[in-house]
Amino acid sequence: MLYSNKVMDHFSNPRNVGEIEAADGVGEVGNPQCGDIMRFYLKVEDGIIQDAKFKTFGCGAAIATSSMVTEMVKGKTLAEAQKISNEEVAEALDGLPPIKMHCSNLAADALHEAIKNYMQKNKI
Amino acid sequence: MRKIYFDHSATTPVDGEVAKLMLEYMTDKFGNPSSIHSFGRDVAKAVEKARAQVAGLIGANTNEIFFTDGGTEADNWAIKGIASANRKKGNHIITTTIEHHAILHTCEYLEKQGFDITYLPVDQYARVRVEDVKNAITDRTILISVMFANNEVGTLQPIKEIGQLAHQSNIYFHTDAVPAVGNYPIDVNEYNIDLLTLSGHKFHGPKGIGALYIRRCVRIDALHHGGAQERKMRAGTENVPGIVGVGKAAEIAQRDMEKKIAHVQALRDKLIKGIQEKISDIKLNGHPEMRLPGNINFCFSYVEGESLLLNLDIKGIAASTGSACASGSLDPSHVLLAMGLSHEVAQGSLRITLGRANTEEDINYCLKVLPEIVGRLRSMSPLSAFNKISESSPCNCYSYAK
Repeated sequence: MLYSNKVMDHFSNPRNVGEIEAADGVGEVGNPQCGDIMRFYLKVEDGIIQDAKFKTFGCGAAIATSSMVTEMVKGKTLAEAQKISNEEVAEALDGLPPIKMHCSNLAADALHEAIKNYMQKNKI
Repeated sequence: MRKIYFDHSATTPVDGEVAKLMLEYMTDKFGNPSSIHSFGRDVAKAVEKARAQVAGLIGANTNEIFFTDGGTEADNWAIKGIASANRKKGNHIITTTIEHHAILHTCEYLEKQGFDITYLPVDQYARVRVEDVKNAITDRTILISVMFANNEVGTLQPIKEIGQLAHQSNIYFHTDAVPAVGNYPIDVNEYNIDLLTLSGHKFHGPKGIGALYIRRCVRIDALHHGGAQERKMRAGTENVPGIVGVGKAAEIAQRDMEKKIAHVQALRDKLIKGIQEKISDIKLNGHPEMRLPGNINFCFSYVEGESLLLNLDIKGIAASTGSACASGSLDPSHVLLAMGLSHEVAQGSLRITLGRANTEEDINYCLKVLPEIVGRLRSMSPLSAFNKISESSPCNCYSYAK
């Protein structure tokens, strides 16, 4: 199994790792049984994502997709961020090995959960 | 960059002497051992010499060694060959849940052919209980197959006792000894073994060659049908370079056994102790004493195995994991699960298997980088002893939290 250079780059130097204190939205997906858990933190101002951070337990693909999504969403409106799909994240990383497409490609789902959490909190 | 090979249970480098000999039997001495002329006769002699060398390594007679294309073929042959030749006597086979897939999937195949298979559980150290074997025996049992030592966690099995039990009950006893042969002293008579699987590339021989030891008078059918090679038991022109290679590797392994065990065992103990001192929330998998001399297997809580492996690889260390993510399937190691580990803990396993070329500096380097990597991955992980995941998550992730 071979990871692309981009995956390895995001895996070895993940962007935006950590937590946001008093985050406006937090989302979590996955379960430890399948080996991946992703938790996303969002800072939102005027409907625009100002900051995104993550914590992930998982394989190389799980960490790389988490890192990539945080890069992709910064500066986007919530509506734009909601449209980002797992497939687009994988594409932005120059693809993932087929076996990883299902099990570890959940980062966009975690993002969507965080947005949902923000909307519930703010009754949007 | 420093490069360290810590994956000797996956495969080992071919010994220089072995490679040299093999080359000779590809170029100059290329004859077919079945030929009557001198080209063939010389090669036939070399094949018999290799057979004696392999027999010597496990205390067998020369004519009880049959060359195969590797461990998987030998396992298939042992199980299917005994099953078909002894079908009239019975249709029950006893094995364990921690066997290599070459045994497990062969047994599953036989189940479809009407055989009954008992898969024995193991204890927390991955050791089979002799009592369980005893209780599983019926008057229809024709074969017991228990691996000599587990390939993932290194646990040595009570082979002598199981062999004795099998013989008292007139049942054949096979052991898949692939990770052990050449790395641990084995004598088929001392251990009451009737059939034994070995593979050349686990002890500095080439890939693509293995052998099945078959005790004289064991009733077994052939797996491959065709020519009269291997005394009509394994048809097909011999893999001569492989055979002379595994023979030489066996000779070297036998010669250096004591030295090698002392060397890797000392390194193993140093590494285990160092990891236990430097990293918290870990679990040594396998038996603390009864394990292969070069095997180390740990679970690191809150960390996933493939990430660990990739990070070690970036630092030049080649190791292995029982994590599902690295295995190409979606299930973590069946061995770790059989030992009672939860899915999530099994995801964080690391296997290091040492070899003769490893040094103390290798161990020191590993003890320097591994705690850093585990620390970094844990700082990225939403799981930790203090940072529980949300209530809705379905499983218990804190089995080893302090």
